[in-house]
Amino acid sequence: MLLSIRDLSVNYGRISALRGVNIDINKGEIVTIIGSNGAGKSTTLMSVSGLVQKADGIVTFKEKDITNMPADKIAKLGIAHVPEGRRVFPSFTVYENLLAGARGNPSLKKTDIDRLIEEQFVLFPRLKERIKQAAGSLSGGEQQMLAIARGLMMDPELIMLDEPSLGLAPIIIEEIFKLILRIKEQGKTVLLIEQNASLALSIADRGYVLEVGEVTLTGTGKELLGNEDVKKAYLGA
Amino acid sequence: MKEKFALKDFVKKHSSIAILLAIVIVAVLPLIFKTSQTRILCRILMYVTLAGSLNLINGYSGQTCLGQAGFFAVGAYTTAILITRFHISFWPLLLLSGIMAALIGVLIALPILRMKGIYLSMVTLGASEIIRTIALNWQSVTGGAFGIKNITRPQIFGLTIDTPQKFAWLFLIVACIFLFVSKRVLSSRIGRAWMAIREGELAAASLGVEVAKYKILNFAYGAFWAGIAGSIYAPYLRYIDSSAFTLDEGFNILSMIVIGGQGTLAGPIVGAVVVNLLTEALRAISNWRYVVYAGLLIFMMWKRPRGLVGENSQVTMVTGEKSIKKNRRKGAVK
Repeated sequence: MLLSIRDLSVNYGRISALRGVNIDINKGEIVTIIGSNGAGKSTTLMSVSGLVQKADGIVTFKEKDITNMPADKIAKLGIAHVPEGRRVFPSFTVYENLLAGARGNPSLKKTDIDRLIEEQFVLFPRLKERIKQAAGSLSGGEQQMLAIARGLMMDPELIMLDEPSLGLAPIIIEEIFKLILRIKEQGKTVLLIEQNASLALSIADRGYVLEVGEVTLTGTGKELLGNEDVKKAYLGA
Repeated sequence: MKEKFALKDFVKKHSSIAILLAIVIVAVLPLIFKTSQTRILCRILMYVTLAGSLNLINGYSGQTCLGQAGFFAVGAYTTAILITRFHISFWPLLLLSGIMAALIGVLIALPILRMKGIYLSMVTLGASEIIRTIALNWQSVTGGAFGIKNITRPQIFGLTIDTPQKFAWLFLIVACIFLFVSKRVLSSRIGRAWMAIREGELAAASLGVEVAKYKILNFAYGAFWAGIAGSIYAPYLRYIDSSAFTLDEGFNILSMIVIGGQGTLAGPIVGAVVVNLLTEALRAISNWRYVVYAGLLIFMMWKRPRGLVGENSQVTMVTGEKSIKKNRRKGAVK
Protein backbone atom coordinates (compact mmCIF):
# COMPACT_ATOMS: atom_id res chain seq x y z
CA MET A 1 0.00 0.00 0.00
CA LEU A 2 1.36 3.40 -0.98
CA LEU A 3 -0.85 5.69 1.04
CA SER A 4 -3.16 4.82 3.86
CA ILE A 5 -5.51 7.16 5.67
CA ARG A 6 -6.93 5.75 8.90
CA ASP A 7 -9.79 7.29 10.92
CA LEU A 8 -8.94 10.79 9.76
CA SER A 9 -10.83 13.63 11.40
CA VAL A 10 -10.34 17.31 10.74
CA ASN A 11 -12.06 20.25 12.41
CA TYR A 12 -12.22 23.85 11.26
CA GLY A 13 -12.84 25.59 14.55
CA ARG A 14 -16.06 24.02 15.83
CA ILE A 15 -17.10 22.69 12.47
CA SER A 16 -16.05 19.13 11.80
CA ALA A 17 -15.00 18.74 8.17
CA LEU A 18 -13.96 15.08 8.20
CA ARG A 19 -15.08 12.30 10.52
CA GLY A 20 -13.21 9.01 10.60
CA VAL A 21 -12.27 8.80 6.94
CA ASN A 22 -10.47 5.66 5.72
CA ILE A 23 -8.83 5.61 2.30
CA ASP A 24 -6.19 3.30 0.85
CA ILE A 25 -4.21 3.81 -2.31
CA ASN A 26 -2.06 1.16 -4.00
CA LYS A 27 0.89 1.85 -6.19
CA GLY A 28 0.07 2.60 -9.83
CA GLU A 29 -3.64 3.18 -9.28
CA ILE A 30 -5.88 6.09 -10.11
CA VAL A 31 -8.11 6.58 -7.12
CA THR A 32 -10.83 9.19 -7.15
CA ILE A 33 -12.76 10.83 -4.36
CA ILE A 34 -16.09 12.20 -5.49
CA GLY A 35 -18.64 14.19 -3.60
CA SER A 36 -20.54 17.43 -3.67
CA ASN A 37 -19.42 20.85 -2.47
CA GLY A 38 -18.35 20.88 1.15
CA ALA A 39 -18.12 17.10 1.43
CA GLY A 40 -14.51 17.39 2.56
CA LYS A 41 -12.69 16.31 -0.57
CA SER A 42 -10.16 19.13 -0.60
CA THR A 43 -9.72 18.86 3.15
CA THR A 44 -8.75 15.22 2.70
CA LEU A 45 -6.02 16.17 0.24
CA MET A 46 -4.80 19.05 2.34
CA SER A 47 -4.51 16.85 5.38
CA VAL A 48 -2.46 14.32 3.43
CA SER A 49 -0.04 17.01 2.29
CA GLY A 50 0.11 18.61 5.73
CA LEU A 51 -1.64 21.88 4.91
CA VAL A 52 -4.31 21.51 7.60
CA GLN A 53 -4.15 20.31 11.19
CA LYS A 54 -5.61 16.91 11.88
CA ALA A 55 -7.77 16.32 14.92
CA ASP A 56 -7.42 12.56 14.83
CA GLY A 57 -6.23 9.69 12.69
CA ILE A 58 -3.06 8.37 11.10
CA VAL A 59 -1.72 8.94 7.60
CA THR A 60 1.08 6.74 6.35
CA PHE A 61 2.98 6.96 3.09
CA LYS A 62 5.17 4.00 2.13
CA GLU A 63 4.74 2.64 5.67
CA LYS A 64 6.03 5.91 7.09
CA ASP A 65 3.92 7.93 9.50
CA ILE A 66 3.41 11.39 7.99
CA THR A 67 0.49 12.44 10.17
CA ASN A 68 2.26 15.31 11.89
CA MET A 69 4.97 16.01 9.36
CA PRO A 70 5.29 19.59 8.02
CA ALA A 71 4.15 20.16 4.41
CA ASP A 72 7.61 20.63 2.93
CA LYS A 73 8.87 17.32 4.36
CA ILE A 74 5.84 15.48 3.00
CA ALA A 75 6.44 16.95 -0.44
CA LYS A 76 10.03 15.77 -0.25
CA LEU A 77 8.91 12.20 0.41
CA GLY A 78 7.33 12.17 -3.04
CA ILE A 79 3.78 13.48 -2.73
CA ALA A 80 2.89 16.27 -5.14
CA HIS A 81 -0.25 18.23 -4.42
CA VAL A 82 -1.81 20.19 -7.27
CA PRO A 83 -4.12 22.53 -5.39
CA GLU A 84 -7.64 23.50 -6.36
CA GLY A 85 -8.02 26.55 -8.56
CA ARG A 86 -4.64 25.86 -10.14
CA ARG A 87 -2.63 28.37 -8.10
CA VAL A 88 0.21 28.74 -10.54
CA PHE A 89 2.61 31.54 -9.63
CA PRO A 90 1.10 34.27 -11.83
CA SER A 91 4.06 36.56 -12.39
CA PHE A 92 6.56 33.73 -12.82
CA THR A 93 7.08 32.53 -16.38
CA VAL A 94 6.04 29.02 -17.38
CA TYR A 95 9.67 27.99 -17.13
CA GLU A 96 10.08 29.46 -13.65
CA ASN A 97 6.92 27.75 -12.48
CA LEU A 98 8.30 24.42 -13.62
CA LEU A 99 11.61 25.14 -11.95
CA ALA A 100 9.81 25.95 -8.70
CA GLY A 101 8.15 22.54 -8.89
CA ALA A 102 11.51 20.79 -8.83
CA ARG A 103 12.27 22.28 -5.43
CA GLY A 104 10.23 19.72 -3.58
CA ASN A 105 12.70 17.00 -4.44
CA PRO A 106 16.22 17.75 -3.22
CA SER A 107 17.68 14.63 -4.80
CA LEU A 108 17.15 16.03 -8.31
CA LYS A 109 20.29 17.12 -10.09
CA LYS A 110 20.54 19.74 -12.79
CA THR A 111 20.39 17.09 -15.52
CA ASP A 112 17.33 15.46 -13.93
CA ILE A 113 15.57 18.81 -13.87
CA ASP A 114 16.34 19.42 -17.54
CA ARG A 115 15.10 15.95 -18.38
CA LEU A 116 11.91 16.45 -16.36
CA ILE A 117 11.23 19.75 -18.09
CA GLU A 118 11.61 18.04 -21.46
CA GLU A 119 9.20 15.33 -20.28
CA GLN A 120 6.61 17.94 -19.36
CA PHE A 121 6.93 19.50 -22.80
CA VAL A 122 6.28 16.13 -24.41
CA LEU A 123 3.22 15.68 -22.22
CA PHE A 124 2.06 19.30 -22.54
CA PRO A 125 3.34 20.64 -25.87
CA ARG A 126 1.34 23.83 -25.40
CA LEU A 127 3.48 24.82 -22.45
CA LYS A 128 6.59 24.71 -24.59
CA GLU A 129 5.13 27.33 -26.89
CA ARG A 130 4.51 29.56 -23.89
CA ILE A 131 7.75 28.94 -22.03
CA LYS A 132 8.62 32.59 -21.54
CA GLN A 133 5.10 33.83 -20.91
CA ALA A 134 3.92 34.85 -17.45
CA ALA A 135 1.75 32.06 -16.06
CA GLY A 136 -1.00 34.54 -15.19
CA SER A 137 -1.48 35.30 -18.89
CA LEU A 138 -2.26 31.70 -19.83
CA SER A 139 -5.78 30.42 -20.44
CA GLY A 140 -7.51 28.45 -17.69
CA GLY A 141 -6.78 25.12 -19.36
CA GLU A 142 -3.15 25.97 -19.89
CA GLN A 143 -2.80 27.07 -16.29
CA GLN A 144 -4.25 23.75 -15.17
CA MET A 145 -1.77 21.92 -17.38
CA LEU A 146 1.03 24.02 -15.94
CA ALA A 147 -0.12 23.28 -12.40
CA ILE A 148 -0.07 19.53 -13.13
CA ALA A 149 3.29 19.78 -14.89
CA ARG A 150 4.66 21.72 -11.95
CA GLY A 151 3.54 18.93 -9.65
CA LEU A 152 5.20 16.33 -11.88
CA MET A 153 8.46 18.29 -11.80
CA MET A 154 9.33 16.90 -8.40
CA ASP A 155 9.12 13.43 -9.94
CA PRO A 156 6.65 12.30 -7.27
CA GLU A 157 5.38 8.81 -6.64
CA LEU A 158 1.92 10.09 -5.81
CA ILE A 159 0.32 13.08 -7.45
CA MET A 160 -2.86 14.47 -5.94
CA LEU A 161 -5.06 16.52 -8.24
CA ASP A 162 -7.70 18.76 -6.71
CA GLU A 163 -10.55 19.36 -9.16
CA PRO A 164 -8.54 19.66 -12.36
CA SER A 165 -11.77 20.16 -14.35
CA LEU A 166 -12.82 23.22 -12.35
CA GLY A 167 -14.05 26.03 -14.58
CA LEU A 168 -12.81 24.52 -17.83
CA ALA A 169 -14.55 23.92 -21.14
CA PRO A 170 -15.65 20.29 -21.77
CA ILE A 171 -13.17 19.80 -24.60
CA ILE A 172 -10.28 20.90 -22.39
CA ILE A 173 -11.51 18.72 -19.53
CA GLU A 174 -11.38 15.72 -21.83
CA GLU A 175 -7.84 16.58 -22.83
CA ILE A 176 -6.79 16.85 -19.21
CA PHE A 177 -8.33 13.51 -18.30
CA LYS A 178 -6.49 11.87 -21.18
CA LEU A 179 -3.33 13.33 -19.75
CA ILE A 180 -4.10 11.91 -16.34
CA LEU A 181 -4.26 8.45 -17.92
CA ARG A 182 -0.89 9.07 -19.51
CA ILE A 183 0.55 10.09 -16.16
CA LYS A 184 -0.63 6.74 -14.80
CA GLU A 185 1.06 4.98 -17.73
CA GLN A 186 4.32 6.59 -16.65
CA GLY A 187 4.05 4.59 -13.44
CA LYS A 188 2.73 7.33 -11.19
CA THR A 189 -0.05 6.90 -8.69
CA VAL A 190 -2.86 9.43 -8.94
CA LEU A 191 -5.31 10.60 -6.30
CA LEU A 192 -7.98 12.56 -8.11
CA ILE A 193 -10.66 14.70 -6.57
CA GLU A 194 -13.61 15.58 -8.74
CA GLN A 195 -17.08 16.96 -8.84
CA ASN A 196 -17.33 15.70 -12.41
CA ALA A 197 -18.11 12.22 -11.09
CA SER A 198 -18.85 10.36 -14.34
CA LEU A 199 -15.61 11.38 -15.98
CA ALA A 200 -13.54 10.74 -12.85
CA LEU A 201 -15.06 7.30 -12.28
CA SER A 202 -14.59 6.35 -15.92
CA ILE A 203 -10.81 6.67 -15.67
CA ALA A 204 -10.39 5.61 -12.05
CA ASP A 205 -9.45 2.14 -10.82
CA ARG A 206 -11.27 2.72 -7.58
CA GLY A 207 -13.39 5.43 -6.08
CA TYR A 208 -14.65 6.74 -2.77
CA VAL A 209 -17.83 8.70 -2.27
CA LEU A 210 -17.54 11.35 0.39
CA GLU A 211 -20.65 12.88 1.97
CA VAL A 212 -20.49 15.60 4.63
CA GLY A 213 -17.19 14.41 6.00
CA GLU A 214 -17.73 10.67 5.84
CA VAL A 215 -16.97 7.96 3.30
CA THR A 216 -20.35 6.46 2.44
CA LEU A 217 -19.48 4.24 -0.47
CA THR A 218 -16.44 2.67 -2.05
CA GLY A 219 -15.75 0.35 -4.97
CA THR A 220 -14.12 0.10 -8.36
CA GLY A 221 -14.77 2.86 -10.84
CA LYS A 222 -17.17 0.67 -12.82
CA GLU A 223 -19.11 -0.46 -9.74
CA LEU A 224 -19.66 3.08 -8.62
CA LEU A 225 -20.65 4.20 -12.10
CA GLY A 226 -23.34 1.52 -12.04
CA ASN A 227 -24.49 2.20 -8.49
CA GLU A 228 -28.04 3.55 -8.28
CA ASP A 229 -27.36 5.95 -5.41
CA VAL A 230 -24.32 7.39 -7.12
CA LYS A 231 -26.28 7.75 -10.33
CA LYS A 232 -29.02 9.61 -8.56
CA ALA A 233 -26.81 11.86 -6.49
CA TYR A 234 -23.89 12.65 -8.78
CA LEU A 235 -24.51 11.54 -12.32
CA GLY A 236 -27.82 13.30 -12.79
CA ALA A 237 -29.62 10.13 -13.88
CA MET B 1 21.31 29.67 -31.16
CA LYS B 2 24.87 30.89 -31.13
CA GLU B 3 23.92 34.27 -32.48
CA LYS B 4 21.31 34.67 -29.78
CA PHE B 5 23.86 34.01 -27.10
CA ALA B 6 26.30 36.51 -28.51
CA LEU B 7 23.54 39.11 -28.48
CA LYS B 8 22.63 38.33 -24.92
CA ASP B 9 26.24 38.60 -23.81
CA PHE B 10 26.50 41.88 -25.60
CA VAL B 11 23.44 43.27 -23.82
CA LYS B 12 24.70 42.05 -20.51
CA LYS B 13 28.10 43.59 -21.08
CA HIS B 14 26.47 46.85 -21.95
CA SER B 15 24.26 46.95 -18.89
CA SER B 16 27.18 46.36 -16.55
CA ILE B 17 29.09 49.16 -18.25
CA ALA B 18 26.03 51.37 -17.80
CA ILE B 19 25.82 50.49 -14.11
CA LEU B 20 29.53 51.13 -13.65
CA LEU B 21 29.19 54.46 -15.40
CA ALA B 22 26.28 55.44 -13.15
CA ILE B 23 28.30 54.55 -10.04
CA VAL B 24 31.25 56.64 -11.26
CA ILE B 25 29.02 59.62 -12.00
CA VAL B 26 27.40 59.43 -8.55
CA ALA B 27 30.86 59.06 -6.99
CA VAL B 28 32.03 62.24 -8.73
CA LEU B 29 28.97 64.26 -7.71
CA PRO B 30 30.16 65.07 -4.16
CA LEU B 31 33.24 66.73 -5.67
CA ILE B 32 31.10 69.12 -7.70
CA PHE B 33 28.17 69.66 -5.34
CA LYS B 34 27.82 72.30 -2.68
CA THR B 35 27.67 70.91 0.87
CA SER B 36 23.91 71.33 1.04
CA GLN B 37 23.49 69.40 -2.17
CA THR B 38 25.84 66.68 -0.97
CA ARG B 39 23.66 66.28 2.12
CA ILE B 40 20.68 65.58 -0.10
CA LEU B 41 22.77 63.05 -2.01
CA CYS B 42 23.66 61.37 1.29
CA ARG B 43 19.99 61.06 2.18
CA ILE B 44 19.16 59.61 -1.22
CA LEU B 45 21.96 57.07 -1.03
CA MET B 46 21.03 56.08 2.49
CA TYR B 47 17.42 55.53 1.41
CA VAL B 48 18.56 53.38 -1.50
CA THR B 49 19.65 50.85 1.12
CA LEU B 50 16.86 51.57 3.60
CA ALA B 51 13.96 51.55 1.13
CA GLY B 52 15.64 48.68 -0.68
CA SER B 53 15.68 46.66 2.54
CA LEU B 54 11.93 47.14 2.97
CA ASN B 55 11.41 46.23 -0.68
CA LEU B 56 13.06 42.88 -0.04
CA ILE B 57 10.33 42.10 2.45
CA ASN B 58 7.30 43.75 0.87
CA GLY B 59 8.25 43.37 -2.75
CA TYR B 60 9.78 39.93 -2.83
CA SER B 61 8.09 37.78 -0.22
CA GLY B 62 4.84 39.73 -0.32
CA GLN B 63 4.60 40.34 3.43
CA THR B 64 3.41 43.85 4.24
CA CYS B 65 5.89 45.15 6.78
CA LEU B 66 5.22 48.69 7.99
CA GLY B 67 7.84 48.74 10.72
CA GLN B 68 11.06 49.34 8.86
CA ALA B 69 11.72 52.48 10.93
CA GLY B 70 12.01 50.18 13.94
CA PHE B 71 14.81 48.10 12.41
CA PHE B 72 16.46 51.33 11.29
CA ALA B 73 16.30 52.56 14.90
CA VAL B 74 17.79 49.33 16.28
CA GLY B 75 20.78 49.74 13.96
CA ALA B 76 21.26 53.42 14.77
CA TYR B 77 20.99 52.94 18.54
CA THR B 78 23.25 49.88 18.61
CA THR B 79 26.03 51.85 16.96
CA ALA B 80 25.38 55.07 18.87
CA ILE B 81 25.32 53.43 22.30
CA LEU B 82 28.32 51.17 21.84
CA ILE B 83 30.45 53.78 20.12
CA THR B 84 29.86 56.53 22.71
CA ARG B 85 30.12 54.30 25.80
CA PHE B 86 32.72 51.73 24.91
CA HIS B 87 34.57 53.53 22.10
CA ILE B 88 34.47 50.46 19.92
CA SER B 89 35.62 50.96 16.35
CA PHE B 90 32.82 51.75 13.91
CA TRP B 91 33.39 48.95 11.42
CA PRO B 92 32.62 45.92 13.60
CA LEU B 93 29.68 47.90 14.96
CA LEU B 94 28.37 48.34 11.43
CA LEU B 95 28.07 44.59 11.13
CA LEU B 96 26.82 44.14 14.69
CA SER B 97 24.07 46.72 14.15
CA GLY B 98 22.88 44.80 11.13
CA ILE B 99 22.90 41.56 13.12
CA MET B 100 21.03 43.15 16.02
CA ALA B 101 18.34 44.44 13.67
CA ALA B 102 18.16 41.01 12.04
CA LEU B 103 17.65 39.37 15.45
CA ILE B 104 14.82 41.78 16.22
CA GLY B 105 13.47 40.98 12.77
CA VAL B 106 13.43 37.26 13.63
CA LEU B 107 11.77 38.03 16.96
CA ILE B 108 8.99 39.94 15.21
CA ALA B 109 8.70 37.33 12.47
CA LEU B 110 8.06 34.47 14.92
CA PRO B 111 4.58 35.50 16.08
CA ILE B 112 3.51 36.79 12.68
CA LEU B 113 4.09 33.47 10.93
CA ARG B 114 0.45 32.70 11.60
CA MET B 115 -0.78 36.04 10.36
CA LYS B 116 -1.40 37.52 6.98
CA GLY B 117 -2.28 40.80 5.34
CA ILE B 118 -3.58 43.54 7.57
CA TYR B 119 -2.88 41.70 10.86
CA LEU B 120 0.74 41.18 9.98
CA SER B 121 1.03 44.85 9.02
CA MET B 122 -0.43 45.91 12.35
CA VAL B 123 2.03 43.79 14.32
CA THR B 124 5.01 45.22 12.44
CA LEU B 125 3.59 48.71 12.93
CA GLY B 126 3.19 48.07 16.64
CA ALA B 127 6.66 46.58 16.96
CA SER B 128 8.15 49.67 15.35
CA GLU B 129 6.34 51.90 17.85
CA ILE B 130 7.42 49.70 20.77
CA ILE B 131 11.06 50.07 19.71
CA ARG B 132 10.65 53.84 19.48
CA THR B 133 8.92 54.01 22.87
CA ILE B 134 11.68 51.97 24.48
CA ALA B 135 14.24 54.33 22.96
CA LEU B 136 12.29 57.29 24.33
CA ASN B 137 11.89 55.95 27.86
CA TRP B 138 14.95 53.86 28.65
CA GLN B 139 16.85 56.96 29.64
CA SER B 140 19.89 55.30 31.22
CA VAL B 141 20.76 53.52 27.98
CA THR B 142 19.29 55.51 25.10
CA GLY B 143 19.41 58.98 26.63
CA GLY B 144 15.62 59.15 26.48
CA ALA B 145 14.22 62.34 25.03
CA PHE B 146 17.67 63.93 25.04
CA GLY B 147 18.96 61.33 22.62
CA ILE B 148 22.62 60.50 22.16
CA LYS B 149 25.03 63.32 21.36
CA ASN B 150 28.57 63.49 20.01
CA ILE B 151 28.57 60.17 18.26
CA THR B 152 32.13 59.42 17.18
CA ARG B 153 32.80 59.62 13.48
CA PRO B 154 34.14 56.50 11.79
CA GLN B 155 37.82 56.27 10.89
CA ILE B 156 39.52 54.30 8.18
CA PHE B 157 43.30 54.11 7.59
CA GLY B 158 43.76 57.09 9.89
CA LEU B 159 41.26 59.08 7.86
CA THR B 160 38.17 60.33 9.67
CA ILE B 161 34.92 60.23 7.74
CA ASP B 162 33.62 63.58 8.86
CA THR B 163 32.30 65.57 5.90
CA PRO B 164 29.06 64.97 4.01
CA GLN B 165 31.30 64.37 1.01
CA LYS B 166 33.01 61.39 2.62
CA PHE B 167 29.74 60.11 4.00
CA ALA B 168 28.23 60.25 0.51
CA TRP B 169 30.96 57.87 -0.63
CA LEU B 170 30.39 55.60 2.34
CA PHE B 171 26.64 55.52 1.67
CA LEU B 172 27.34 54.86 -2.00
CA ILE B 173 29.67 51.94 -1.28
CA VAL B 174 27.20 50.39 1.15
CA ALA B 175 24.31 50.86 -1.31
CA CYS B 176 26.35 49.16 -4.05
CA ILE B 177 27.23 46.24 -1.78
CA PHE B 178 23.58 46.00 -0.75
CA LEU B 179 22.35 45.91 -4.35
CA PHE B 180 25.02 43.47 -5.47
CA VAL B 181 24.47 41.02 -2.60
CA SER B 182 20.70 41.29 -2.86
CA LYS B 183 20.77 40.60 -6.54
CA ARG B 184 22.71 37.43 -5.89
CA VAL B 185 20.42 36.38 -3.07
CA LEU B 186 17.31 37.02 -5.14
CA SER B 187 18.46 34.90 -8.02
CA SER B 188 19.41 32.07 -5.67
CA ARG B 189 17.23 29.33 -4.21
CA ILE B 190 16.41 31.61 -1.30
CA GLY B 191 15.17 34.44 -3.51
CA ARG B 192 13.06 32.07 -5.57
CA ALA B 193 11.49 30.70 -2.39
CA TRP B 194 10.59 34.26 -1.27
CA MET B 195 8.97 35.01 -4.60
CA ALA B 196 7.11 31.70 -4.60
CA ILE B 197 5.67 32.62 -1.20
CA ARG B 198 4.66 36.02 -2.59
CA GLU B 199 2.93 34.40 -5.55
CA GLY B 200 1.01 31.85 -3.53
CA GLU B 201 1.80 30.63 -0.07
CA LEU B 202 -0.25 27.46 -0.16
CA ALA B 203 1.08 26.40 -3.53
CA ALA B 204 4.62 27.15 -2.38
CA ALA B 205 4.16 25.02 0.74
CA SER B 206 2.78 22.11 -1.25
CA LEU B 207 5.83 22.29 -3.51
CA GLY B 208 8.17 21.81 -0.61
CA VAL B 209 9.06 25.41 0.22
CA GLU B 210 9.64 25.72 3.98
CA VAL B 211 7.38 28.75 4.24
CA ALA B 212 8.06 29.55 7.90
CA LYS B 213 11.82 29.28 7.56
CA TYR B 214 11.97 31.47 4.48
CA LYS B 215 9.64 34.09 5.94
CA ILE B 216 11.85 34.39 8.99
CA LEU B 217 14.94 34.54 6.81
CA ASN B 218 13.28 37.22 4.71
CA PHE B 219 12.51 39.42 7.71
CA ALA B 220 16.01 38.91 9.06
CA TYR B 221 17.59 39.84 5.75
CA GLY B 222 15.44 42.95 5.27
CA ALA B 223 15.99 44.05 8.86
CA PHE B 224 19.74 43.46 8.57
CA TRP B 225 20.15 46.07 5.85
CA ALA B 226 17.86 48.55 7.61
CA GLY B 227 20.16 48.13 10.62
CA ILE B 228 23.21 48.78 8.47
CA ALA B 229 21.62 51.98 7.16
CA GLY B 230 20.86 53.05 10.74
CA SER B 231 24.39 52.28 11.82
CA ILE B 232 25.81 54.82 9.35
CA TYR B 233 23.02 57.30 9.96
CA ALA B 234 24.00 57.70 13.64
CA PRO B 235 27.60 58.92 13.17
CA TYR B 236 26.56 60.85 10.06
CA LEU B 237 24.22 63.11 12.05
CA ARG B 238 26.36 62.70 15.23
CA TYR B 239 23.09 62.94 17.16
CA ILE B 240 20.06 60.67 17.29
CA ASP B 241 16.87 60.69 19.30
CA SER B 242 13.67 58.70 19.09
CA SER B 243 11.84 61.34 17.03
CA ALA B 244 13.79 60.27 13.96
CA PHE B 245 12.18 56.83 14.03
CA THR B 246 8.45 57.55 14.19
CA LEU B 247 5.81 55.85 12.11
CA ASP B 248 6.04 58.85 9.76
CA GLU B 249 9.53 57.66 8.93
CA GLY B 250 8.20 54.17 8.34
CA PHE B 251 5.64 55.48 5.89
CA ASN B 252 8.23 57.71 4.27
CA ILE B 253 10.26 54.59 3.47
CA LEU B 254 7.13 52.78 2.34
CA SER B 255 6.14 55.60 -0.02
CA MET B 256 9.52 55.33 -1.73
CA ILE B 257 9.03 51.72 -2.65
CA VAL B 258 5.42 52.23 -3.66
CA ILE B 259 6.33 55.16 -5.90
CA GLY B 260 9.47 53.51 -7.23
CA GLY B 261 8.03 50.06 -7.71
CA GLN B 262 7.94 47.05 -5.39
CA GLY B 263 9.53 43.81 -6.40
CA THR B 264 12.21 45.35 -8.58
CA LEU B 265 15.70 46.26 -7.42
CA ALA B 266 15.66 49.52 -9.36
CA GLY B 267 12.31 50.62 -7.91
CA PRO B 268 13.53 51.79 -4.50
CA ILE B 269 16.44 53.63 -6.13
CA VAL B 270 14.03 55.62 -8.29
CA GLY B 271 11.69 56.03 -5.32
CA ALA B 272 14.50 57.33 -3.07
CA VAL B 273 15.54 59.88 -5.70
CA VAL B 274 12.01 61.07 -6.47
CA VAL B 275 10.76 61.32 -2.88
CA ASN B 276 13.89 62.99 -1.51
CA LEU B 277 14.11 65.51 -4.33
CA LEU B 278 10.42 66.22 -3.88
CA THR B 279 11.01 66.80 -0.18
CA GLU B 280 13.61 69.40 -1.06
CA ALA B 281 11.56 71.01 -3.82
CA LEU B 282 8.53 71.31 -1.58
CA ARG B 283 10.30 72.67 1.49
CA ALA B 284 8.85 76.09 0.69
CA ILE B 285 5.31 74.93 1.35
CA SER B 286 6.35 73.20 4.60
CA ASN B 287 3.73 70.81 5.95
CA TRP B 288 1.56 71.08 2.88
CA ARG B 289 4.03 68.82 1.16
CA TYR B 290 2.46 65.85 2.93
CA VAL B 291 -0.69 66.58 0.96
CA VAL B 292 1.37 66.37 -2.22
CA TYR B 293 2.83 63.00 -1.09
CA ALA B 294 -0.61 61.64 -0.34
CA GLY B 295 -1.88 62.84 -3.69
CA LEU B 296 1.08 61.28 -5.44
CA LEU B 297 0.57 57.97 -3.64
CA ILE B 298 -3.08 57.85 -4.62
CA PHE B 299 -2.20 58.77 -8.17
CA MET B 300 0.43 56.03 -8.33
CA MET B 301 -1.92 53.39 -6.92
CA TRP B 302 -4.48 54.41 -9.48
CA LYS B 303 -2.39 54.84 -12.60
CA ARG B 304 0.73 52.80 -12.00
CA PRO B 305 0.21 50.33 -9.17
CA ARG B 306 3.52 48.69 -10.00
CA GLY B 307 5.40 51.95 -9.48
CA LEU B 308 7.57 54.00 -11.78
CA VAL B 309 9.75 50.97 -12.49
CA GLY B 310 6.77 48.80 -13.25
CA GLU B 311 6.67 45.67 -15.32
CA ASN B 312 6.05 47.61 -18.53
CA SER B 313 8.88 50.08 -18.13
CA GLN B 314 11.77 49.04 -20.31
CA VAL B 315 14.13 51.95 -19.72
CA THR B 316 14.71 51.66 -16.00
CA MET B 317 14.57 47.90 -15.94
CA VAL B 318 18.34 47.41 -16.15
CA THR B 319 18.85 46.25 -12.60
CA GLY B 320 15.25 45.18 -12.17
CA GLU B 321 13.56 41.85 -12.13
CA LYS B 322 13.80 41.43 -15.85
CA SER B 323 17.55 41.11 -15.88
CA ILE B 324 17.40 38.76 -12.92
CA LYS B 325 15.00 36.59 -14.83
CA LYS B 326 17.22 36.80 -17.85
CA ASN B 327 20.20 35.65 -15.84
CA ARG B 328 18.24 32.91 -14.25
CA ARG B 329 17.08 31.62 -17.58
CA LYS B 330 20.56 31.80 -18.91
CA GLY B 331 21.86 29.89 -15.91
CA ALA B 332 19.30 27.22 -16.57
CA VAL B 333 20.21 26.85 -20.23
CA LYS B 334 23.83 26.38 -19.30
